[in-house]
Amino acid sequence: MVDVLIIGSGGAGLSAALAAKEAGASVMVAGKMYPTNSQTAMAQGGINAALGNVEEDHIASHIADTVKSAHGLCDEQMVRKMCADAPLTIDWLNTLGVPFSRIDNGKTGKETVAQHQMGGASAKRACYAQDYTGLKILHTLYDQCLKAKIAFLDEHYLLNIITEEGVSKGATFLDIRTGEVVQIDAKSLVVATGGYASLYHGFTTNAYGATGDGVAAVLRAGGAVSDMEFIQFHPTALKHSAILISESARGEGGYLLNCDGERFVDELKPRDEVARAIFAQLQHGKEVFLDLRHLGEEKLMEILPQEVALCKLHEQVDPARELIPIKPVAHYSMGGIDVDDALEVNGIKGCFAVGECSNAKVHGANRLGGNSLLEITAFGRFAGENAYKHSIYASSRPAKDTQLQKDRTAIAKIYSKKASINFYEQRTNLGKLFYEKVGIVRENSQLNSALDTVIAMQVNLPKMGIADKAKENNQNLIEFLEFSNALLLAPTVISAAIARDESRGAHFKLGFEEESEALRKHIVLQWKREEP
Amino acid sequence: MKEVYMKIDIQRDKTIESFNVSQGLTLLAALYEIKERQDASLTFSAGCRASVCGTCAVRVNGKEVLSCAHKVEEGDLVEPLQYHPVLRDLKVDKDPAKKTLARTEAWLHESREAALTHKDELLTEKQTDCILCDSCYSACPVFAVNPDFLGPFALTRAYRYTSDKREENAKSIIDHIQTNGVWDCTLCGECTAVCPKGIDPKMDITMLRGTSLQFGHSDPSFATQSFGTPDFGGGFGFDPNSGF
Repeated sequence: MVDVLIIGSGGAGLSAALAAKEAGASVMVAGKMYPTNSQTAMAQGGINAALGNVEEDHIASHIADTVKSAHGLCDEQMVRKMCADAPLTIDWLNTLGVPFSRIDNGKTGKETVAQHQMGGASAKRACYAQDYTGLKILHTLYDQCLKAKIAFLDEHYLLNIITEEGVSKGATFLDIRTGEVVQIDAKSLVVATGGYASLYHGFTTNAYGATGDGVAAVLRAGGAVSDMEFIQFHPTALKHSAILISESARGEGGYLLNCDGERFVDELKPRDEVARAIFAQLQHGKEVFLDLRHLGEEKLMEILPQEVALCKLHEQVDPARELIPIKPVAHYSMGGIDVDDALEVNGIKGCFAVGECSNAKVHGANRLGGNSLLEITAFGRFAGENAYKHSIYASSRPAKDTQLQKDRTAIAKIYSKKASINFYEQRTNLGKLFYEKVGIVRENSQLNSALDTVIAMQVNLPKMGIADKAKENNQNLIEFLEFSNALLLAPTVISAAIARDESRGAHFKLGFEEESEALRKHIVLQWKREEP
Repeated sequence: MKEVYMKIDIQRDKTIESFNVSQGLTLLAALYEIKERQDASLTFSAGCRASVCGTCAVRVNGKEVLSCAHKVEEGDLVEPLQYHPVLRDLKVDKDPAKKTLARTEAWLHESREAALTHKDELLTEKQTDCILCDSCYSACPVFAVNPDFLGPFALTRAYRYTSDKREENAKSIIDHIQTNGVWDCTLCGECTAVCPKGIDPKMDITMLRGTSLQFGHSDPSFATQSFGTPDFGGGFGFDPNSGF
């Protein structure tokens, strides 16, 4: 039986794997794609650390900025830990070989890492690798995992977490290539499956698969989720394709202009404020643009080469010469699996959760740019170490195959049923519904109407299924299961948003535009088993 | 208003099938349009839509492209990547290709603290833009005759690490790329021609050859090559050993 089973092979999962292996654990990493296909690759702007390489900075300032952005919903101890671990984390990444952008200051090691400005930050503390920071961190972690001979179970789709008396014993997976449902026993689990911003299908910067599979599995296994209503809308995604244009474009001096050529907001305010300002312009029928022309072609190619290429390909504009049409879309889920200060899941012993899928209460009501890459690497290692520690005393008796049999039956049922409703259309509808009614500006009657629609979709789920009945490599089946998970999470987001009659950070509600001290708390949801 | 469609052809397991798709879409969006509305069994790999996750590479009209970056045109023929076992339709098995990374030992071996500068950053900037999409592997003609060739992306990665000033032990990487490695490349440049990130594996391999020589290696095929010595195969016209 493996000591630590890590579910999810992105930045958080790979960091956990390296830390657990280093500590002495046997490790296995399961992911539904290949590690380098992960969402982490899409992160552009940077990873925060109060190194003070380009200007004076202090860990205390990093903590203060993070706490301020969280609007009262962070756990200060966790923020403290993350920000204090940041310089060491950059040192670790640099030692592993991450090809950071460098400044010419004659120093060595992490002191040569270039840092720039992100929104809501009191100093230039986002370490970056051009505008490919996530990609280059992810690939370096992957190369080190190959070096450490970490065992990978690629193309394994998480079905359920196996628990016995509230203790995690492993998980069931669908082996995508063979179509077989398998059970992997483990002494300790780390869920690092990413966020759920793809609920906003069609209106998100995220990749197709960011459907919160791990969050849904934890709910089903009796774990708790919290702050589900806090979804960050990134201010600048390309208008037609919803592809991300990093905050660092503004950090480097880019302006936001409306179609009248006016700047209407301080571009470096935290994302929730900027997103709302842009949204207000759009509501008034004014298009919004990102203006990078004054940066000059040379600088653009040096610091934002990826974005220049994306603008040309997807919007047919050259950022050096033209304005870039943008709109805010769903980008990041602050909420997720409720964990304690050791990142252990509230409700499931021996199961840890880390990264965007978790709510470690460091981002609170709104995440700062550059703090997500920090969370996944710093806390990824922390989760790996803690999972190893748990595994030392965990039982090595494998779980029964009850969950495995349930899952085999459930999958067989999906194959045998004839679908009368096309779930792909429902996926598109759900995305549009969420963007319109559970979006940047919310309102109770709209939220309630959205909840009714979602419940109706859930009632109709038995009429949905797969048209492709092949056993092996069935992408249709995986996408159906992903949609089922999104549909499971949808009401948790809406009902929490309904319950929160205030505006705080990324959650803004008409009629309740101020923060309410009475609501300075987390809304926690957990399934309770009904005793017969 | 009547929707205008265009016809594209897709290589599936047994046959080439034609489909009608909307205009103005990327190939990835078109594939999803087909899957969602016409044929749910069409299988392909999809990811970020933004050319950075390396998932969606295919061949269009014989050339490797990322589905998410290719604007569909009338009559496009879409096929899976070459030299990869086809799992289903356009989805291929990337495991054999990925194994080249471990065989190359493309990672930082022994890390040392280094005084890195902006110039050092530029040394490996392009090579680290690699998204492991396998386009270069698919385009490389060496795989038609040598399935054990390490291939362009593994060698680019080897170059990236041997050029990194933090690498104390570049020799161990160089030693791993001598067999089925740098000397097996034909320097045809197909890899460079298809890389969606503009990386030049051909140049990286050329540089690695130079580094290999510095570490005392040489081109093994040159050493065993026969030019028909001693007479270049043509005969001297007399017996050089017969004496006078």
